[in-house]
Amino acid sequence: MSRLSVSALSAGYGQGPVLHAVDVEVSDGGVSVVLGANGAGKTTLLRAISGMIEREGTVTVDAVRIDGMRTEEIARLGVTHVPEGRGTFAGLTTEENLRLGGYTRKGRDEVASAFERVYRHFPRLAQRRRQQAGTLSGGEQQMLAIGRALMSGPSLVLLDEPSFGLAPRMIEELYRILEDIHAREHVSILLVEQNAAIALDLADRVYVFETGRVVLAGPPSDLRGDASLRRAYLGS
Amino acid sequence: MTVAVQAFAMRRVLWGRFTTSHAKVIASCALLAALPIVSSSYHLFQINLVIIDAIAILGLNLLTGYGGQISLGHGAFYGLGAYTTAILIHRWNVPYPLTLPCAAIVCLTLGFAFGLPAVRLQGLHLALATFALGVVFPQILKCRALEGLTGGVQGITIDKPTAPLGLALSADQWLYCVLLAVAAVVFLAVRLLVQGPTGRAIMAIRDRPVAAASVGIDTALYKSLTFGVSAMCTGVAGALGALAVQFVGPDSFSIFLSIGLLVGIVVGGLASISGAVYGALFIQFVPSLADSVSKAAPTAVYGVALIASVHLMPYGAAGVVSGIARRLAARARRRSKPAVAPAREVPAPEEGP
Amino acid sequence: MEAFLHQVCSGLANGAVYASLALALVMIYRVTHFVNFAQGELALVSTYCAFTLLNAGVSYWVAFAATVAASFVFGVVVERVVIRPAARGNALSVVIVYIGLMVALNSLAGWVFGYTTHAFPSPFPAEPPFGNHYVGSHELGVVAVTLGMLALLYAFFRFTSLGLALRAVAENPESSRLVGIPVERMLALGWGLAASVGAVAGMMIAPILFLDPSMMSGVMLYAFAAALLGGIDSPGGAVVGGFAVGVLENLAGAYVVGTELKLGTALALIVGVLVFRPTGLFGQPSAERV
Repeated sequence: MSRLSVSALSAGYGQGPVLHAVDVEVSDGGVSVVLGANGAGKTTLLRAISGMIEREGTVTVDAVRIDGMRTEEIARLGVTHVPEGRGTFAGLTTEENLRLGGYTRKGRDEVASAFERVYRHFPRLAQRRRQQAGTLSGGEQQMLAIGRALMSGPSLVLLDEPSFGLAPRMIEELYRILEDIHAREHVSILLVEQNAAIALDLADRVYVFETGRVVLAGPPSDLRGDASLRRAYLGS
Repeated sequence: MTVAVQAFAMRRVLWGRFTTSHAKVIASCALLAALPIVSSSYHLFQINLVIIDAIAILGLNLLTGYGGQISLGHGAFYGLGAYTTAILIHRWNVPYPLTLPCAAIVCLTLGFAFGLPAVRLQGLHLALATFALGVVFPQILKCRALEGLTGGVQGITIDKPTAPLGLALSADQWLYCVLLAVAAVVFLAVRLLVQGPTGRAIMAIRDRPVAAASVGIDTALYKSLTFGVSAMCTGVAGALGALAVQFVGPDSFSIFLSIGLLVGIVVGGLASISGAVYGALFIQFVPSLADSVSKAAPTAVYGVALIASVHLMPYGAAGVVSGIARRLAARARRRSKPAVAPAREVPAPEEGP
Repeated sequence: MEAFLHQVCSGLANGAVYASLALALVMIYRVTHFVNFAQGELALVSTYCAFTLLNAGVSYWVAFAATVAASFVFGVVVERVVIRPAARGNALSVVIVYIGLMVALNSLAGWVFGYTTHAFPSPFPAEPPFGNHYVGSHELGVVAVTLGMLALLYAFFRFTSLGLALRAVAENPESSRLVGIPVERMLALGWGLAASVGAVAGMMIAPILFLDPSMMSGVMLYAFAAALLGGIDSPGGAVVGGFAVGVLENLAGAYVVGTELKLGTALALIVGVLVFRPTGLFGQPSAERV
């Protein structure tokens, strides 16, 4: 059973389509990784799923069609999106950012236990809970963005280039935490990345996008097996 | 083609062009010439005011329609022009034709100076600053320190200019001629301005300010100049208004006038030269009609007109008129054209991205 | 000295009203990025409603509460019916709609309630407290009511989840949608709050200025000046700016330009802020999206 099923999705920004009828799937509890160069349409894919741009095609989450819904409705259904650039509420504190992530939760206890879980994954955020979010480092803001996405107890998380602009050690730490989250929270993940090598270790399914079309779809071994793609995305 | 055939074709084309647009011009001139003769003196007075309002509205349209900057204080510049004329005539007996360039210079300078700090910033700053100017202007006129110059609350009364050289024209008829002349000059000048490189720069600044700046256009200077020229236009209208009404007083130039000018450009058509005329007709006749219904009605009409125009007629009356004209022309073309092979039909060009 | 203190005290009272209106302006600006030109006239309509209730014999604080509640609803309705459809257009059209709204509301007030000037009752006693010569009871009351309202607003924004959601929308509307906040509903809420704040301001200033359709135009000018002075996106700045403008207005009127040109100080302030410090005392310079 797939958690997310995208079929024949086309989307663009008004000047012509950027995505051309792509098909993507995320299995229940699985991790799908989408690779591609700049402009390949990876971010557009996530924005289309989240309802942030005009799109055509079918998008289903747990057998519910979301392709006609507004962004906030999709978020309330349990699909959270960590956007390109992190989308931090820079003027608010770390704790307030996280609290906003839990906006759709009813009940103070639920929110409290959500905080506990997020702080356990990201102890650094607990230390900086009263600090203004705009003053956090790049890595901490990325943690905050992911933490915020987890606060609502989502069933599917969309992650847009979490490694962007981070130092290698920070990226390793972040992916360790992502693996931990995936194992413990039973959440499905659709991950978009340029840094292929480290993302592949997490993935059970890989897609390669080129100019808005899918050129590879399969398990990670497929990518490792294709010499030209391996050279392009894994550098070896 | 032989020379004879070419000459015949050319004559055909020229004659064709003569019949349509030249006929329109002749008809308009005939109408304009007939108006002062057939109208009663009160109607002529109103027509004169329409011409004056049209000039004032054109001034504001230059700033707001073409320049994209909103001014809620142009009534102050209208009043400034009016008072300049009135004071020059009343205190120093300056002949009225000379007061017009004086009013123009005063309003150009003060408009430029006022616009200079505000246009460096967001549109809302200019809107607030001009709103403040529009509200405060009557107060400045009433203050005691300037009473010697402005006549304070009483205002200043002046005489209407009479026809020169003993021409057999009434004062209103002579004023009508003067107004048409000035209006022709102003409308032509503005038309040349907006159709030329300056106009393109101004509209580039309106639509894509960052891009315009990045290609080297000094946006702040252009915006300030636009403000100055726009204030000058409206100021000249004010000067003419003083001559027509023969009186200037502080309460004639309140924020209601500024809002009226805004209604004029919105109802007439933003970024449209002919729109100034439609707008002037609207603000000259509709509020006074409404006033007979109730005291609140003129203000209500202004408010509703502003909101409704944005939703229903975003291009104003000028847009409606040109839309109708386009549809009529298309229908006429379809009727007069013989059936042509489909290959010759050129589809209408699609809107670019 | 006594006259000076008196000017300062009444300046603070007026300033409290300007602070409230400036805060309402900042609230709407932060969420919509537009200045609500119709803020004053909204307050005017609210004040007239209160006047009608009071004339019908309703006791003051009941009428006060009812007006605040009704104004909230009216603000939400105006946002939905007039502002939201226009928000899809370009910036110029939106400003034109705001101005049209200002003018239409003003004419509504004149049409329904007439153009005669009325006295508006104050809930505070007529005698100055403790027989002092500096501050009247109404002036003290205005400052107290305003400060109370500001405290309530602060608590709302700081400690409630709805307040947090509003701050989030002001900060980053796209991310707000991503966490499930219904942004359009928040805009309506913001308008409702601003209308309520305006209603309080109107009811506080009406006993001083007397109620007629032109009551709010001067007041709004000072409120605009206060909001610009404090920084159009800073709520704290709006409050500080409001009190400052109130005191400045009175001192300038008494000692510098005379009472006829008091309004000119608002103009001077606006132009001054634009020339010397466009972001205001506490505002943030905004980065423009290319």
